[in-house]
Amino acid sequence: MSGTAAASAPVLQVEGGSLRFGQRVLWDELDLSVARGEFLAVLGANGSGKTSLLKAILGQLALSEGQIRVSGRPVRRGDRSIGYIPQQRLIPAGTPLRARDLIGLGIDGHRFGLPLPSRGKRERVDALLGEVGATSYADEPVGSLSGGEQQRLRVGQSLASDPVMLLCDEPLISLDLNHQRAVSELIDRRRRDDGTAVVFVTHDINPILPMVDRVLYLADGRFLTGTPDEVLRSEVLTALYKTPIEVIRAAGQVIVVGVPDQHGHHGPAGHEHGTEATA
Amino acid sequence: MTALAFDPSDLWARLFSFENYGEILALVQNSILAAAVLGVVGGLIGVFVMQRDMAFAVHGISELSFAGAAAALLFGVNVVVGSVVGSLIAALLIGGLGAKARDRNSITGVLMPFGLGLGILCLALYPGRSGNQFGLLTGQIVSVDSPQLGALVVISALVLVVLMLIWRPLSFDSLDSDVAAARGVPSGVLSVVFMVLLGLTVAVSVQIIGALLVLSLVVTPAAAALRVSASPVMVPLLSVTFGVVSAVGGILLALGGSLPISPYITTISFLIYLVCRVAGRRRVSRRVHA
Repeated sequence: MSGTAAASAPVLQVEGGSLRFGQRVLWDELDLSVARGEFLAVLGANGSGKTSLLKAILGQLALSEGQIRVSGRPVRRGDRSIGYIPQQRLIPAGTPLRARDLIGLGIDGHRFGLPLPSRGKRERVDALLGEVGATSYADEPVGSLSGGEQQRLRVGQSLASDPVMLLCDEPLISLDLNHQRAVSELIDRRRRDDGTAVVFVTHDINPILPMVDRVLYLADGRFLTGTPDEVLRSEVLTALYKTPIEVIRAAGQVIVVGVPDQHGHHGPAGHEHGTEATA
Repeated sequence: MTALAFDPSDLWARLFSFENYGEILALVQNSILAAAVLGVVGGLIGVFVMQRDMAFAVHGISELSFAGAAAALLFGVNVVVGSVVGSLIAALLIGGLGAKARDRNSITGVLMPFGLGLGILCLALYPGRSGNQFGLLTGQIVSVDSPQLGALVVISALVLVVLMLIWRPLSFDSLDSDVAAARGVPSGVLSVVFMVLLGLTVAVSVQIIGALLVLSLVVTPAAAALRVSASPVMVPLLSVTFGVVSAVGGILLALGGSLPISPYITTISFLIYLVCRVAGRRRVSRRVHA
């Protein structure tokens, strides 16, 4: 009985969620529901609380008010049904791990006890390496791989526990366009094939625009949800920010111009060259 | 023919002498055992010291360990206990205040001269023989008595067992702390446990090789191993081999002569590193051309 209840419950449910640090409100009365196989993009300027939302879902940060449920259960630390893909930080050369070991940590890296090799684990690692197209460099030291190759491995690592939801924290940052496409397609394929829900934090929606079902847009303690077409419009974002915002669509790209307090070059969905193109 | 002139053949005789070797060997069996165990533990923990960027912190811990040992000598307490207490205080301070590498380096830089100064003060006040005093800085294993050697072996064995038990989560945390935490690895607890293990290892090393030379058994073997392999199995195995060869080999070479053992250990360990560096360069260039 409880199994069917869990299966019909949304994968992620936030009810009346608020997060405050002292006087500062990151978001307030946030209601959000993500269904199986849904792709949610979380947009917003730096400091709008995107990463904090992920930490709250991971059970690492307690909400000020409200609650978050994953598959119908309250969040808890170390939930094996959530996969997590971090920002790409280059792994230094001289790290004593090969590509297959990085994926292996996703399988049993949390376990204490003697690390004895097993055939079952090896086969699982080989399958995951194949799934993310990393078989050709399976035995190379991770420190010798490119940022894009390392990020493919992190996707594989996050899939090791067969998660019902993937949390992605700017996983495409500092990757070139080819690798951005490759990595986002791996994530998209996973949710199409296995129904894994995706919560994808990003400052630039363009690389994932064709995949996104819904957008959560965070700004100055307020938020909006809807499809990209509903949210990414001049009048909608102008009302959200209470200051004139212009959304320009050109050549399949979305460019948001005029977002305040964005700490320089990282606009929510804009590029510097995009801004120039509109001038 | 003046007696003061430096005679190279005499130097050779002082560096390497194997007279009555068998009898001396029997006398220092326990020292060799302690050195071998330290080689194993130092080689293993060194792999994590390198990954967590803590070589400088190790040096800082060893100076406070020296201060603890010197204070113990002055107050007539067990020197191993003093050394362990000093080590643990330093390790927990550095671990607690220096989560980021930059903070850690500054707190280490602040603690290290303080510890060294404190130790020198204690030694200056100590009325005993000066031979013991320098031993804490540059090594004194042959003069460590049997009960203390026993304590060193027990501490090392304890470190070894706990390190094996936390090996996987510690590897995960050292690689990618955020992801490990998301996966349920208790990062905070693990960091504290690691610092305690490191403190204990350093305390043992101070007794055997001296506070100033701890890095040659806790960092050099792992650094050498990482030059020639990236396999999570081969790196620890090589590092342990290098550590044991340096520690035991140093004692065996030093036995017959009248010189301290530390220079033998540090030199072997350094030579191994040099060889690995050259071999490692060849490995890298082969991959580039392939």
